[in-house]
Amino acid sequence: MKRHLLEAGDLDRADATLVLDTAGQIESALAGREVKKLPTLRGRTVVNLFYEDSTRTRISFELAAKRLSADVINFSAKGSSVSKGESLKDTALTLEAMGADGIVVRHGASGAPHRLATWVKGSVVNAGDGTHEHPTQALLDAYTIRQRLGRLDGVRVVVVGDVLHSRVARSNVWLLSTLGAEVTLVAPPTLLPVGVGSWPVAVSYDLDAVLPKADVVMMLRVQAERMNASFFPSAREYSRRYGLDARRMAVLPDHAIVMHPGPMNRGMEIAAEVADSARSTIVDQVGNGVSVRMAVLYLLLGGAPE
Amino acid sequence: MTLITNVRPYGEDAVDIRITDGRITEIGPGLAGDDDVVDGGGLVALPGLVDLHTHLREPGREDAETVETGSRAAALGGFTAVHAMANTDPVADTAGVVEQVWRLGQEAGLVDVVPVGAVTVGLRGERLAELGAMADSAARVRVFSDDGHCVADPALMRRALEYVKALDGVVAQHAEEPRLTVGAQMNEGDRSARLGLAGWPAAAEEAVIARDVLLAGHVGARLHVCHVSTAGSVDILRWAKSRGVQVTAEVTPHHLLLTDECAETYDPVFKVNPPLRSDADVQALRAGLADGTIDAVATDHAPHAVEDKESEWASARPGMLGLEQALSIVVQTMVEPGLLDWRGVADRMSVRPAAIGRLAGHGRPLAVGEPANLLLLDPTHRATVDPAALASRSRNSPYAGRELPGRVVATFLRGTATVLDGKAQK
Ligand SMILES: [Zn+2]
Repeated sequence: MKRHLLEAGDLDRADATLVLDTAGQIESALAGREVKKLPTLRGRTVVNLFYEDSTRTRISFELAAKRLSADVINFSAKGSSVSKGESLKDTALTLEAMGADGIVVRHGASGAPHRLATWVKGSVVNAGDGTHEHPTQALLDAYTIRQRLGRLDGVRVVVVGDVLHSRVARSNVWLLSTLGAEVTLVAPPTLLPVGVGSWPVAVSYDLDAVLPKADVVMMLRVQAERMNASFFPSAREYSRRYGLDARRMAVLPDHAIVMHPGPMNRGMEIAAEVADSARSTIVDQVGNGVSVRMAVLYLLLGGAPE
Repeated sequence: MTLITNVRPYGEDAVDIRITDGRITEIGPGLAGDDDVVDGGGLVALPGLVDLHTHLREPGREDAETVETGSRAAALGGFTAVHAMANTDPVADTAGVVEQVWRLGQEAGLVDVVPVGAVTVGLRGERLAELGAMADSAARVRVFSDDGHCVADPALMRRALEYVKALDGVVAQHAEEPRLTVGAQMNEGDRSARLGLAGWPAAAEEAVIARDVLLAGHVGARLHVCHVSTAGSVDILRWAKSRGVQVTAEVTPHHLLLTDECAETYDPVFKVNPPLRSDADVQALRAGLADGTIDAVATDHAPHAVEDKESEWASARPGMLGLEQALSIVVQTMVEPGLLDWRGVADRMSVRPAAIGRLAGHGRPLAVGEPANLLLLDPTHRATVDPAALASRSRNSPYAGRELPGRVVATFLRGTATVLDGKAQK
């Protein structure tokens, strides 16, 4: 594997499969243990550098690092010198001086982890950058699909909603196609990026047309502010055309699953009865997130200390 | 008196050039007997370059550039005159500020610094600045621009175009429909989709150019379009010129060479406004410059302090250095592929920009009786760009590490060498 995990494209098919397999092994190793901890990263330091609030992602990474026995420093940009104008580079050099072996970074600017990676010697893991990527989310999604359906090759995944602003969608597009899945993006044209035609995906504006053949339906969160910027006329119309409700769920093949990266707008992009149904993997996704992030940290940092 | 021996004007036959009291007094083979003899060594001689679009940052951001450091960079690039853009702090929207910049240029004495006046007060796009006062000032402003911002209000743009007719002036428009570029970070297309950087659509530039050429044609005024960046813009300009609209346009060196592929590094040294476009746009810009649809090469030299560039892409300021490598980029993108000859380079980088800016004394042919503003170029020399070695106070060169052709060996401003042996003389 490469030294950093900055985007899904950093993983070829072998590397991506290795992460998923490793996550599976870690899960088995910890199953039934009273103390859910491996000694693998003892003496290593992982910094969670979060410029954006995301409690669930931060906790997931923190738990992953701690279960590998790493020392964890949570560095929130809020209330720190960062908010007083310290640059990303200054922060990077400070963390470097503190001996960070791995830096998990969440940032509102696309490409910030790439910049960070040019300034530090440790490994950088992108925990979500702007509207660019969130590669560990895609890995945990792939892991969950494989767990439920037994495979990824040839699986038909429909990704629905605000693709334009979604780092989750971008990471999934690249990772899932690397792993052999067939991805269809469904959204109003206003929420699809210009240039989507060059992606290895099919595109549809019609959710009802694609559901009968879907193995996986992945719903994306819709931000309320998109409505005010006229990306679509109203929440009602969006929900009617692109929301997943019980009627639409009934059209899915029996084996099909429903995913959501969370947090959900219940009643907007996903109906409560769908989110809470047996097809929903939303709870699994959260648990799998820790195993997959353990696998990533292990593979990036697990080598013998220099 | 100075005698430059063995130079090739416009790349043609070698001659000697005698300069007396700032003018060319004799051209021919085998001249002799001057006080100062400069061996031209078979170099190409061209009229001193004129830049329509330079950001000198003074007053306000002297940490990024000053009139003096920018003038030195310009002279090293072969320029004898530069237009200093108005987006300083304070904005150059009064006679006082433009005269200050003009005077600083005189004191530096390396190039003629010609201030551009703001079109609107504070570049705010709300009401016209005192254009007449700036035109009448010692700085003799003829080019007016809110560059950095578009004069987006169509009624205000119409008034500006009409008003400058009385001043023999021109409105230089930064064409960008602001509602289409909210949050924009790079060219909108395949790459912006993948990189997750908000897109700056070509249509946001083209829509404003289309509107402005219609307005300029309607009121019979001069319009100049800054830093054209898309193939569609070239088409619109071609159409407007065929209809007789008094429109001129410029293209930057970086838009002739670089594409949005550079954004893949997320290195903000490649962030610029308008953004780097696609390869097809680059080809169309070269063709437009070659056939004269685009009149001029202008650098949009935009120095920035390190802290304004060494950051994440979105928070970095847009802009690149351009003065010192402009001619090299034109040699590489236009001369070497055979799209322009040396007379063409002189036309697009000196004659036409001087005419657009109404600069008497610049953009003149290399001929007896003309002001001795000229440069000597070694077009065969190749060197790798090292930002640390630049004369600009800033280091944000997009050409770092690139090998480029062409070296300006000497520059003369009214007969005085501002650059000799590739070194600034003050
Ligand atoms: Zn501009």
